Amino acid sequence: MQHINFILSLADSNLILSQRNAEWCGHGPVLEQDIAITNITLDLLGQARNFYQYAARLINETGNMPGHIATEDSLAYRRTEREFKNILLCELPKGDWAQTVLRQYFYSAFCKGLYFQLLQSQDQSLAAIAEKSLKEVNYHVRWSGEWVIRLGDGTAESKQRIKQALQFLWPYTGEMFMPADFENNNGIDLASIKKQWLLDVQTILEEATLQMPAEHIFMQSGGKSGTHTEHMGYILAEMQYLQRMYPDANW
Amino acid sequence: MTTIHPLEINFQDKIDQEAKIEPKDWMPDAYRKTNLRQISQHAHSEVVGMLPEGNWITRAPSLKRKAILIAKVQDEAGHGLYLYCAAETLGQSREQMIDDLHSGKAKYSSIFNYPTLTWADMGAIGWLVDGAAILNQVMLCRTSYGPYARAMVRICKEESFHQRQGFETLLVLSKGTEEQKAMCQDAINRWWWPSLMMFGPKDSESTNSDQSMKWKIKRKSNDELRQNFVDMIAEQIKLLGMTLPDSHLKWNEQRGSYDFGEINWDEFWNVVKGNGPCNKERIDARRKAHEEGAWVREAALAYADKKNKIKTVSAA
Ligand SMILES: [Fe+2]
Ligand SMILES: [Fe+2]
Repeated sequence: MQHINFILSLADSNLILSQRNAEWCGHGPVLEQDIAITNITLDLLGQARNFYQYAARLINETGNMPGHIATEDSLAYRRTEREFKNILLCELPKGDWAQTVLRQYFYSAFCKGLYFQLLQSQDQSLAAIAEKSLKEVNYHVRWSGEWVIRLGDGTAESKQRIKQALQFLWPYTGEMFMPADFENNNGIDLASIKKQWLLDVQTILEEATLQMPAEHIFMQSGGKSGTHTEHMGYILAEMQYLQRMYPDANW
Repeated sequence: MTTIHPLEINFQDKIDQEAKIEPKDWMPDAYRKTNLRQISQHAHSEVVGMLPEGNWITRAPSLKRKAILIAKVQDEAGHGLYLYCAAETLGQSREQMIDDLHSGKAKYSSIFNYPTLTWADMGAIGWLVDGAAILNQVMLCRTSYGPYARAMVRICKEESFHQRQGFETLLVLSKGTEEQKAMCQDAINRWWWPSLMMFGPKDSESTNSDQSMKWKIKRKSNDELRQNFVDMIAEQIKLLGMTLPDSHLKWNEQRGSYDFGEINWDEFWNVVKGNGPCNKERIDARRKAHEEGAWVREAALAYADKKNKIKTVSAA
């Protein structure tokens, strides 16, 4: 069950961030970037689906829930806010373009390290999903990192905005590296991912002419164990409404 | 009677021989203007058209449907981009075109001024609205202005995919629960007449049609295309087991086509003039995105400038 919860947490983080980024579709700052952020939205959704489908298969194999078949949709649409295991960073509002690209950078740079370690996983299926995702994640890191630099070293206004985003988002970055129950002894070395992540962030921020925030501040957490921000209920209410309203329907 | 310029005779010859007109070729001013108006209007339609469907992305009822819908709306953004590029070859900047859209000077397809009220609208739009657009766009693949025709060839492939996906969305609903069936029929009822309006005024009322036909910007009249559409949809709907909301719809053996009822032209002109249910919302949404994106575009420019200067200095 710990292993399934771990996979679900990966699925949830990708789905919820995809849901947030999707809010840009049709509202981006310029058509080319509307398309770019929507590409990332689609990639995250695709990764979420791969993780959900795999988790569903494992759940069905345990046979713990007779008469109930788990699917990607039952997992995405029929769990409550206390059951979702995404990190808080992913559920925060999309904010302005600065907040969106910086969040994407923080998250994607983390996924890069995580998926890289998953390549060595004993679980071959999980390793395969990680391998497929890694190609996309490398692009997400590059795209969002370039935007962070552009905004930091762009105009006075863009610098002000990215600074604000940095201040707002930083306290949510710690949760990525705090192991949840389901991450104990699963072979993932979060401490080494963190080390590399901090180096990567520092490089990008330097190029963006921004100051690295203090590392040891109080960090928000709780997402992985289902204690979310107040945003979460609204996200699910919107996302799950048709499945909840018409429980017997297929779409 | 004005004398016809030799260049213009040559130009018309080219068109008559089915050669494409390219950006650097001589063209009459009115040809340039008509194309610019039509292509930019088409580009705006793609981009404004993202809004009604984008409205359902966060509420799509399954992950698969969500992925399909996002990809579709993104395709429309791509169409907008190709078309803005095609229009720019006629000498107007994208920024100017966007300003004209926001000021109300430039139009976009009125269909997008109708609201998307239920999930079934995603199916109805794909099937009917993209379906109507395709008939027009297939014709435009052979339009005389080269960049426009080439943009259309790329776009048409994706549009027919959209139409099939829309139909399939409705097909699932039509086989679903009673509530889903009702939702499906309701969406068809609401989108049918506005889809017929997409082909524009009747030929007898259409001002630019004759010249556009002569220049082969258009190759079929509004009424012809509309009839093609009715004939296509009246057959396809049988597969859904649904009905079209027109008591006059009837197969006409003699004509080999379907007869159909009269469009509410009063509604048509009102939506064109800005009185549709969502005209204001759509333009407000576009304007807001553009205004809120201004600082982002400025930052990108400022950064690119800095990098260019550094390059120039180090090259010197
Ligand atoms: Fe399109
Ligand atoms: Fe389309």
